[in-house]
Amino acid sequence: MTPQDQVVDIDALEKEFQERIDAEKKIEPKDWMPEAYRRTLIRQISQHAHSEVVGQLPEGNWITRAPSLRRKAILLAKVQDEAGHGLYLYSAAETLGSSREQMIDDLHAGKAKYSSIFNYPTLSWADVPAIGWLVDGAAIVNQVALCRTSYGPYSRAMIRVCKEESFHARQGFEGMLALARGNEAQKKMCQDAINRYWWPALMMFGPSDAESPNSAQSMKWKIKRFSNDELRQKFVDQTVPQIEYLGMEVPDPDCKWNEERGHYDIGEMPWEEFFAVIKGHGPCNHERLQARQKAHDEGNWVREAALAYQKKQADKKQSVA
Amino acid sequence: MVDQYLPLWEVFVRSKRGMDHKHCGSVHAADAEQALQYARDVYTRRSEGNSIWVVEATHIVASQPDDQEAFFEPADDKVYRHATFYDVPADVKHM
Ligand SMILES: [Fe+2]
Ligand SMILES: [Fe+2]
Repeated sequence: MTPQDQVVDIDALEKEFQERIDAEKKIEPKDWMPEAYRRTLIRQISQHAHSEVVGQLPEGNWITRAPSLRRKAILLAKVQDEAGHGLYLYSAAETLGSSREQMIDDLHAGKAKYSSIFNYPTLSWADVPAIGWLVDGAAIVNQVALCRTSYGPYSRAMIRVCKEESFHARQGFEGMLALARGNEAQKKMCQDAINRYWWPALMMFGPSDAESPNSAQSMKWKIKRFSNDELRQKFVDQTVPQIEYLGMEVPDPDCKWNEERGHYDIGEMPWEEFFAVIKGHGPCNHERLQARQKAHDEGNWVREAALAYQKKQADKKQSVA
Repeated sequence: MVDQYLPLWEVFVRSKRGMDHKHCGSVHAADAEQALQYARDVYTRRSEGNSIWVVEATHIVASQPDDQEAFFEPADDKVYRHATFYDVPADVKHM
């Protein structure tokens, strides 16, 4: 085959690949796919997995201090779910040929990103229900859209995740409602958590469409189905009435219903802060990675012992046979 | 201290009696017993299953999508294997 033939070959494969996507057929692990599609997915799915895993930390911070046994059991189950979500996603990323070791090493080395929302601290108990309601709420909007993503294992992982997420958002709202109906100090806590998490939650959808250079390709490959701004709008529209139901205020003086558009308008988002947090200057970036690294290091002897035990059992079996 | 990593196991869960086991993902574990326990914790936290199979990923042999046509082609021209191939007059009942 001449190099010329090879070029033609790739073009034909790419055409066939795109046709499959346009026909709404899923791409499965062993199918031919453009290298850039594979790389984009590995990056996106592993970032998503890291977000689930690191996302356990801010809420985990309150497990020992939950205000009642009921809230504690709920929080434990919720945080355990997030660990599960991380594992579903690592498992999906591994079908693309990336190794768990590599992904985890990249996270610990600070080479891989995760959602910057988890670099904010949880200062009061109200932050726990606020996260369940706002942060998981925003994640759900994003993840419902991803259930139809073109890569089969990612889509299946998202369907599984979405089934579990509605519990997260609902327990969060219920917790906020308890505070909103409580005494003055509890109401204040509730509003304060909304004030601190509102903008970071909106920024979870990523930069505005105009500043999101990779979006067009991801849309063409149907990895993404909706733009960042569309998803953000959806979240704002469903959440503002919930804030009003709580009797709390949206921390944005420009947030108003726009009759003409049939949507809520919002004010200018604090992007400078967003990019600073992404670059590692958020309040907890360092602490989060340190906690991950520590958990990994302290688990090493367990993995070592489990492997040694496995080897011993296998040797025993061999000597009997 | 060398970082220890565990091999990959594929997980199949049966949602209830009478159903097939269905593939649902993978876990890393040192041995079969640990793989089963991890699979239980990861894939059946809400009673999604009452039976789990785990198999080390390296033991799975899969057909290749590249050979898909040649591999599955023999079935394509045997339409007479389907019930709809046969014309049965409408007034013949219970067919
Ligand atoms: Fe999650
Ligand atoms: Fe969640």
